[in-house]
Parts: sequence; C-alpha cells; structure tokens
Amino acid sequence: MENNIIIDLKNISVSFDGEPILKDLNLYIRDKEFITFLGPSGCGKTTTLRVIAGFIEPDGGDVIFDNKRINDVPPHKRQVNTIFQRYALFPHLNVYENIAFGLRLKKVSNKEIKQTVTDMLALVNLRGFEKRNIQSLSGGQQQRVAIARALAVKPRVLLLDEPLGALDLKLRKDMQNELKNIQQRLGITFIYVTHDQEEALSMSDTIVVMDSGVIQQIGTPLDIYNEPKNAFVADFIGESNILDGIMLDDCLVEFSGHRFECLDKGFAKNEAIDVVVRPEDVDVVEEEKGMVKGEVTSVTFKGVHFETIVDIGGFKWMIQSTDYHEVGKRIGLFIEPDAIHIMKKSAYSGLYGDYSSFSEEFDELSDPEEVEEE
Amino acid sequence: MSSRSLKAKLVASPYIVWSAIFIIAPLIFVAYYAFTDSSGAFTLENIFELSKYTTTFLRSVWFGIVATIICLIIAFPLAYFISQKTEKVQRTLVLLVMLPMWMSFLIRTYSWMALLQDTGIINSFLMKIGIDPVHMINTEGAVILGMVYNFLPFMITPIYSVMAKLDHSMIEACQDLGGNRLTCVRRCIIPMSMPGVVSGITMVFVPSVSTFYISQKLGGGSFDLIGDVIERQFQQSYNYNLGASISFVLMILILICMAVMNRFTGDEEMAI
Repeated sequence: MENNIIIDLKNISVSFDGEPILKDLNLYIRDKEFITFLGPSGCGKTTTLRVIAGFIEPDGGDVIFDNKRINDVPPHKRQVNTIFQRYALFPHLNVYENIAFGLRLKKVSNKEIKQTVTDMLALVNLRGFEKRNIQSLSGGQQQRVAIARALAVKPRVLLLDEPLGALDLKLRKDMQNELKNIQQRLGITFIYVTHDQEEALSMSDTIVVMDSGVIQQIGTPLDIYNEPKNAFVADFIGESNILDGIMLDDCLVEFSGHRFECLDKGFAKNEAIDVVVRPEDVDVVEEEKGMVKGEVTSVTFKGVHFETIVDIGGFKWMIQSTDYHEVGKRIGLFIEPDAIHIMKKSAYSGLYGDYSSFSEEFDELSDPEEVEEE
Repeated sequence: MSSRSLKAKLVASPYIVWSAIFIIAPLIFVAYYAFTDSSGAFTLENIFELSKYTTTFLRSVWFGIVATIICLIIAFPLAYFISQKTEKVQRTLVLLVMLPMWMSFLIRTYSWMALLQDTGIINSFLMKIGIDPVHMINTEGAVILGMVYNFLPFMITPIYSVMAKLDHSMIEACQDLGGNRLTCVRRCIIPMSMPGVVSGITMVFVPSVSTFYISQKLGGGSFDLIGDVIERQFQQSYNYNLGASISFVLMILILICMAVMNRFTGDEEMAI
C-alpha cells in the first residue's frame, strides 16, 4: 500500500498576507486514482492544487512526490500538468502548436510530435482541428485542446482546476464522462478541484471535502454521502436535515421529541450529537401513524420529485417524495433506522440543516455554479 | 436602424470635420506643393532635387532605427517589470514613466545640453573626481540619446498596456508544460506582447526619423537630419515646394518602413 502513494502532503501550511489559507494539511494521493478536492470558494482547494503544481511554495510542511521531497522543484521540472480554469491556451498558436508546445520544449522529434498530437486530438475527439485558431473554437473545444495539451507531455498526475466551470450543463455532463474515461484509459492520477458536489460524487474514487483551509473528510463518494463526519460535510454534499439529538444508548437516539432506533454505536451515554436525515430517506405517512408530525409549509415540483418543507416543532424538514402534499396539510414522518446517521458535535453544529430560511430565491443565489472562485 | 447610423454619423462628425480640415487638407497641400514650382506649374524637379539629400535621408532612417532598437531593449524588460507589480505600484511606475512628458520637449533637450557639454554637469563632476572629461555633446551618440530619452515613454506605454492584460495563467501554463523562465519569455511573453511592440516601434520610429530639434541642439548641426532640412526650407529658404516634396517622400519612406516591419512581425508570429 505504501509504495502505491504518488503524492504525500505533510503538514502543509500556506498563508497570503498573514491570512492562513491552508492549516497544517495532511493528505496522501494514491497512484492512478481520481481524487477530487471539494469545497466552497476560498476553502483552499485551488491553493492545495497549486502547491502540488509548484506555483505556490508552502510556508511549512513537505510536498512528497514519489518518495522525494519536491518543495524546491520548480513547476517546469515536475511530472504534473495542469488544466487551468480558463484553459490558458496560447492565443498566438494554433491548435497543433498548442498541443505540441510541451513536446517542443522537450526537444521531441517532429515526427514523434506529429504522432502524439494526432493521438491526442483523437483522444479528445478533435480530429482535423490541427490548423484551427484558438479564438475560433467554442468553450468546449478549447477545453478539449487544454486537456490534449496537458496530456501530450505524458504527466504522471493531471491537475484539473474547475475545468468544467465555464461550460453549460449538458456539455459539462458529457465532459464529466469523457474525463473519467480518459483517466481510466490512460491510467494516470487525476486531481480534480470543484465546488460542484454532484460532479465530485459522480466522477471521483476519493473525495476530499475542505473548508477554511482544513480537510473536513476524506472518503469514497458513498462514504462521504452516507457517513458525513460533521454538519458541514452533511450540508455541503446533497440536502440534509441536521438536528440536535441525544444518544440515549447504542442504537437509540432521541431527537424532535421522539426516540428512534438507529444503527450507530460507540457514543457515550446521553452524549449530545448531530443527527442527519437525508430528505429522500424519509417516508411520509398519515399523521397518526407518523413518528413525528408536522404541517407542510411549502411544496416545490422538481421534476423527479416534490420538495416538501414540513414544520415539525419549529424545525423545518425537507422531504423529497414523489407524492404531492398540499401546503397546510398535516402529515406524519416515518424514519427507518438505516436512514439515521449520527455525527459527533463539531464547530459546525447548529450552523446548517434547518430549512426555515430556505426559499427558491435563496437556492438560486447560493447555487454553486454561479459562484466564481478567484 | 438607419436613424441609429445617422446618430452615429452625427457623433462622429466633429472628428470628421476636424480631420478633413487639419489632416486631409494639409496632406493634399503637401502633395500639391511637392509637384509644383513657385509659379504653381506642375513639375517633378523638386523630386529630382532630393538626390542631394540622400545621405541625410539615410542618416535619419539609420538614427531612427538605432533609437527605436535601444528604446525597445530598454522598454520591454521595464514594461514587463512594471506589469508584474501590484496594481497600485503599477500606477505609480507608469506615472513616473510619463512624468518627463509633463515638461516641454524644448526644456528637456536643453537640460541634456547642460548635462552633456564639455564643461557641463557630467564633465565637471568627472573632473572633480579626477577623471578626464569625455566629449559627448555634438556626437551621434548625443543625438540618439536625445531621441531615446524623448521617445522612450511612447515605447513603454503600449508594451506595458498589452502586458498588463496578459492572462498570468498562460505564463503558468508555459511553466507547467516544461518551460523555464527564459523559455516563457521567449515563447510566450514576447509573442503575446507583439501588438504592443509593433505600436511602440511605430510611435518611436516615426517621430525619431522626422525630428529636427534634437539634432540641432545635441548634434551641433553636424548631423543634419531630414527634419532639419525640411525646417530650413520653410524657415530660411522659403522654398515651400522643395520642403513639401521632402516631407512627401519622407512620409512614403516611413510608410514603407512600417509596412516592412509589420510584415516581419507578422511572419515571426507565424514562425514561432
């Protein structure tokens, strides 16, 4: 397992103008894995990527690549390549010369360059685009050229800095699949930075959730979604109802004035904890049959399901179900033991998880796609 | 649509009138005088007479080229240096570059005379510290120095404004793909700053070739430039026709130089 690790970040700290950006970050990255740094703007994910690329030298800590410390190695001598947020293609060169750029610097023979460029254009589905001007390409095509240019120099690790942020939804979905395919075909490590949790969940082998310069959780997409470590992770990945609760005993928890069976163990008796219940895991039943009861305060049709907000003892729950329940109707909720996830209290407790401030407008405003990271 | 284009025309009309009176009309006059004699009859004699000034023409172009190259060598790294600073520092540095332009061209040239003369400030200083004085005024070097000093801001400004807009991630992309600092300058920064370089060259070369005052004051009259000849035709000989014909040919010469240069830089862009 140990020799499988390609990049090891040890106690990395970075600050700009006295403002700490990364705080004592520890992370190892396995060879050939698709790892995603996920977090809101300013969480330090891009900074981490730039530390690996060599554009930022950390104030403290070690960057280990292939068991060698590379803190002092300049970017052009590292076996990693970057896809930049806005592609950073060279406007004075055509598609062919952009892709050939890195190879020319390596003094590769013209014949070999031609072969590689042709292969790369085929890989990203841009055959016949050799002579085209960069300015004449669409955003998606520029994206592909950027990928081809970075892969042409055969990096061990490809760093992708929110590469799909500028593309429209449909194109983004296509590119997600394509990137995943490329990663699997070439068998190299991809380190992907995004604030889009859906993108992270659907592409990654491992997700690193970050906030304010600190890693909140590392795990597979399933782990991260099903077993979030704290309220921040639970809230950032998908929708969640996060409630204060008391762990009465192993597999017995009390919240919203009701005792629920659950599957979590190992907490102290009567320990205060956070409870996560995903909106899609709640069953709506008739009021008298419900474990907890409340009144519907808003309903939104989302296509696949209705998003229903229910007021239960002053706490607003979100429930996703295919059944319509009109506003004002009183309903009961039934929650199975495996739908309940218990988390230790953290600095994030109480900050997230209530949908009382939730409205369509607010959802639009905080839509991660709209947020441009600097 | 048509009312909008009419409005656009109205907005542009002051400039159109201006350029008709002060640009187009004078050009026509220059051409008219160039091909007529003092009585107003058509003649090519003025043009033939120009052969007398071949050396002056060549010297003007040569001095212009040298001054432009020196300006470029100084301005390019300086513009890059400025463009890498924070925005606040950039503003200050650009202001410093422009500062000499706030003073009259005449005063600046006179100041150089005071500095460069055999008994001037520099030589007095040298003698004080026991070094033999250097003869500087009335040399080719002094004339070119005057051109470089006066026209340098015209080179720095356009190059700087292109560089300030360069996407820094492109330079990072170049490093990322294996380019060291020098490679990034050569293969990225230079080609991408070309538009600024071309306009800088134009803005330095044209006034350098046609300047007349610098050569008189710093060259002591021994390095007659074509601008001086033109000035004399109008101020002393009152031979407007010959003056106009020299101006006319100079204009064409500059146009040819610019065309050659644009061609050259265009090719270079393709070649890299």
